[in-house]
Amino acid sequence: MSANSRPDNYIPGRPFLTLLHKEVRRFLRVSSQTIFTPIITASLYLFIFGATLGERISVLEGFNYAQFVIPGLILMGVINNSFANTASSLFMSRYLGNIVDLLVTPITPPQLILAYTIAAMIRGLSVGIVVWLVSTFFAGLPWDAPLTAIGMATMASLLFAQCGLVVAIYASSFDSLSMYTNFLILPLIYLGGVFYPISILPEPWGKLSHLNPMFYLIDGFRTAILGVGDLPLWLSFLVAGIMSALLFIWVVFLIGRGHRLSS
Amino acid sequence: MSDMQIPALVIDQLKKSYDGVDVVKSLSFTIESGEIFGLLGPNGAGKSTTINMVSGVTRIDTGSVQIFGHDNRQAYRITRCLTGVMHQEIVIDNFFTIDKALKMHAGYYGMKDDPAWRMLLIDRLGLGPHLHKVMFKLSGGLKRRFMIAKALIHKPRLLILDEPTAGVDIDLRLTLWDFVREINERGTTVLLTTHYLEEAEQMCGRLAIMNHGELVALDSTKRLLSRLGGRQVTAQFDRQIETIPVELDPFHPVLTEEGRALRFALSEEVTTIDLLDKIRGLGLVVTEIETRPPNLEDVFLRLTGSINNVR
Repeated sequence: MSANSRPDNYIPGRPFLTLLHKEVRRFLRVSSQTIFTPIITASLYLFIFGATLGERISVLEGFNYAQFVIPGLILMGVINNSFANTASSLFMSRYLGNIVDLLVTPITPPQLILAYTIAAMIRGLSVGIVVWLVSTFFAGLPWDAPLTAIGMATMASLLFAQCGLVVAIYASSFDSLSMYTNFLILPLIYLGGVFYPISILPEPWGKLSHLNPMFYLIDGFRTAILGVGDLPLWLSFLVAGIMSALLFIWVVFLIGRGHRLSS
Repeated sequence: MSDMQIPALVIDQLKKSYDGVDVVKSLSFTIESGEIFGLLGPNGAGKSTTINMVSGVTRIDTGSVQIFGHDNRQAYRITRCLTGVMHQEIVIDNFFTIDKALKMHAGYYGMKDDPAWRMLLIDRLGLGPHLHKVMFKLSGGLKRRFMIAKALIHKPRLLILDEPTAGVDIDLRLTLWDFVREINERGTTVLLTTHYLEEAEQMCGRLAIMNHGELVALDSTKRLLSRLGGRQVTAQFDRQIETIPVELDPFHPVLTEEGRALRFALSEEVTTIDLLDKIRGLGLVVTEIETRPPNLEDVFLRLTGSINNVR
């Protein structure tokens, strides 16, 4: 190696790909927790809402309840797991101190963010795909605009993967990490229209729900699958896009400054 | 300027404070390419903070760090490729085996895995029988060996070892120092901190001693040792001494052996007879006396006033 430059055999992009590979291997090594547990949880929801209540309730004209709730459950799996992956991985690295292994390498902050984010998206979307496959035993879906649905699921996983990074940086303990999950993420998901259409809510709850970013994601995803929803699709994409961009800028700022990562 | 003429590390006016407390105060020194350089000091002297600022783990308040002529903030992607760091705390990723983690670590530095180099590190550090064990099943000594291999996997030009032998057995210490000498002979500059002053004395061509965030000495090991001049005289007494008589102050006394002995640093002008006359005059009975040249421990003690944290 010359002292005046990087190693002769330096391969640009390799630091990023290595971190991405490591992050994917990390969640695969504990797949019983990271993949199978969320699938079992979603399957239980599907059993409750598909096999027992699915045929008896209808909240959306032309669709039974199982068909209504499945898009929400798929997206819930995507969101929960994208969030959990970045939040737990980065927080554990901070907590155990092995984040310094990355801080001393030439990995740039955007590379670090993208590697963590893409790994989380792979996990989130994988869980979403398996939940969808399991759901086919309970109800079929029309898949009105499949590419749009995939785009919305991808946006949702991107957004919550970055949300997980922010939480991992600010969390000071395992308790506070679970507080963010239990008191912020879960209420947003459950009140965002997974289990009911926002349009049936009395005021002011209906209008308040429009402040919940999850509503735009879930409604957009459901609209792309069922062909009907409360909001125009462009609005869902616009809100998801703006939020993803803002979160990305925030995360780049935090990680670029080494906020709570370096002293 | 050729690679060997560029200093490996230039620290200039480096400062760091936490909550208004200055931990590193305007620190400046240079390490030439090819040196084994020791950074010593008692706990809390600012050694690890300095190393962390050099490696990029800790943000620099003011001042600069140049590694082989590159600023470690402006050109961090280059300086980090040029530097390998073994941190004081055990830092491992429990998810992976030694073999997998080493391969991955080369990738973090943009390098393709070099099996021959990786196997050399594994072999020289005695990691061979443990390659496929996951990290959390390794002993403390093995984790440290792995951390050294990890610091070297991308063939850095500057190797930083922060307390590499803390809490490890004598076998590993000897193996490690042999390997560090070998790596140094291959052209790698080494910056190390250690609490084992004897090791520093044997390993390092030059030494810097820090205390309270400041540099209190920077010189070749030989010159530092000769700085004290004279010799060390240890006198044992027939009884315990609770306080050192002020009359002995000119001989720089230090109580040792739980008060049953005093160690003196005698300058070349003072004879042992002068000292013994003074002791006898105080009514103290010497039962045994030992004279030896000064070692690094004496220098350290003189400069920092503390020996509690070093061995």
